[in-house]
Amino acid sequence: MNEYIYYPGCSLKGGSKHYEESLLPVLKKIGMEIEEMNDWNCCGATAYFAVDDTIAAALCGRNLSIAEKAGCHVMAPCAGCFLTMKKSNTFLTEGSNKAQKVLTDLKTTGCEYKGTVKVRHPLEIFIQEIGLDTIKEKVENKLTGLKVACYYGCQLVRPYTDFDDPDYPETMDNLMEAMGAEAVDYSAKTLCCGGSLTGTIENIGKGLNYVLLKEAKKKGADVIVTLCPLCQFNLEIMAAKVSKEYKEDYKIPVLYFTQLMGLALGIPKEDLGFKRSIISLKNMWQKINNGGAK
Amino acid sequence: MDIQRKVKFEEELDKNFLDEIKDMSGCEEIDKCIQCGACSSSCPMAVYMDHPPRKIISFIKNGFKEEALKSFTIWLCASCYTCQVRCPAKIKITDVMYALKRKAIEEKVYPNRLQPPVLAQEMCKLIAKNGRNSELWLVVNMYIKLKNPLGMLKMAPLGINLMKTGRMSLKKEKIKNRKQLRTLLNEVKENAK
Ligand code: SF4
Ligand code: SF4
Repeated sequence: MNEYIYYPGCSLKGGSKHYEESLLPVLKKIGMEIEEMNDWNCCGATAYFAVDDTIAAALCGRNLSIAEKAGCHVMAPCAGCFLTMKKSNTFLTEGSNKAQKVLTDLKTTGCEYKGTVKVRHPLEIFIQEIGLDTIKEKVENKLTGLKVACYYGCQLVRPYTDFDDPDYPETMDNLMEAMGAEAVDYSAKTLCCGGSLTGTIENIGKGLNYVLLKEAKKKGADVIVTLCPLCQFNLEIMAAKVSKEYKEDYKIPVLYFTQLMGLALGIPKEDLGFKRSIISLKNMWQKINNGGAK
Repeated sequence: MDIQRKVKFEEELDKNFLDEIKDMSGCEEIDKCIQCGACSSSCPMAVYMDHPPRKIISFIKNGFKEEALKSFTIWLCASCYTCQVRCPAKIKITDVMYALKRKAIEEKVYPNRLQPPVLAQEMCKLIAKNGRNSELWLVVNMYIKLKNPLGMLKMAPLGINLMKTGRMSLKKEKIKNRKQLRTLLNEVKENAK
């Protein structure tokens, strides 16, 4: 098992506090000691690639250098940060002239980066390093009968396809099944939620999220689970707008996979950030308490 | 009615555009495009775009600089990478879209009052200054820049919901070593020239 350092990124300290609030106790429960990266900076997100891609690489380089000095690899739970840092890491270590210049600048400002760090998402670490069987052994309350739609979105599975399938990934489904839940066949699992466009051009956001919500409802999901702050946010915020526009109730709870994991692992529900949901969780609790019966 | 010529003559095309773009990160392989259209058919945004991704690649290959840089398409690309994993010629289409965004900003030719380019630039400003993003301030800065107070007002109900659940704060997030970050970004900017 590799040593990791935790890179929260801006979202987990802002609008997605419940991702951090559920991830940290889950890590503790499965015996993973982890510390937060000291004085980390924003990864630059999609914004910096659209404005200045060398600065984008430098921003990630500073974080990677902090991790390297601590002798750790990076755990990035936000799929956006995960991809941005992985992409910049690839750029910085592939030896181009442009990359060489950035590495020199990093060095002269006290952020030398030798290129030894890996960037991984907690789902990858759970599946590939800790293992489903080990996690399964720690389950205390099986989520029997709870139907979940596992939504992966884009950036964890694309363009790097070394961890799971880019169109029909299954690792999160397997994890949820190990928790006792039933993962529905969610064919929209890797369609795009619109990312930051959903916040700027609402029409597009509504159209894209309608597809995601409708498919989850059609498959009878009680809850949609996500692994990216922007996906979670977009789906949860657009649910009310989509319901209004299409005159049907699409207000399905949208949670982080770590929140449901935490429940199954026996962590008190008060400690998993459920109070931050905007959509009512009433039906979901009923289903969980009744072991799946309505 | 004023009828205009719809087809460009060869001498009106920008012959250097392809080379200009090929010089940018991720765009090196662009002339391998076979115009199959897999990108356009897999793009979730294509139905909103003025030109589908395949046509944008063709614009670049054939010197239609203005058409490419002024298109809405590049700003509607959500960086979902679907086209990129499907492209049989392994063209990094998402990176090409990013490159066009950078060029359009550099040449200040993006569509006026369109939100995505403003959001991107405001976010970069916040990050360069503080080292971190602050969601509330990003939205405020964007609407100020767009001179759109009504847009900001429309966000109020969402803001209230987020405040109630403790998911939004007025605090500006900052890193401690901002001096180091500033020096680093200045160095990179200087040396990249
Ligand atoms: S999928 Fe690739 S080869 Fe096909 S048109 Fe698009 S860029 Fe060209
Ligand atoms: S990356 Fe951009 S161009 Fe490609 S499919 Fe996604 S939205 Fe369309």
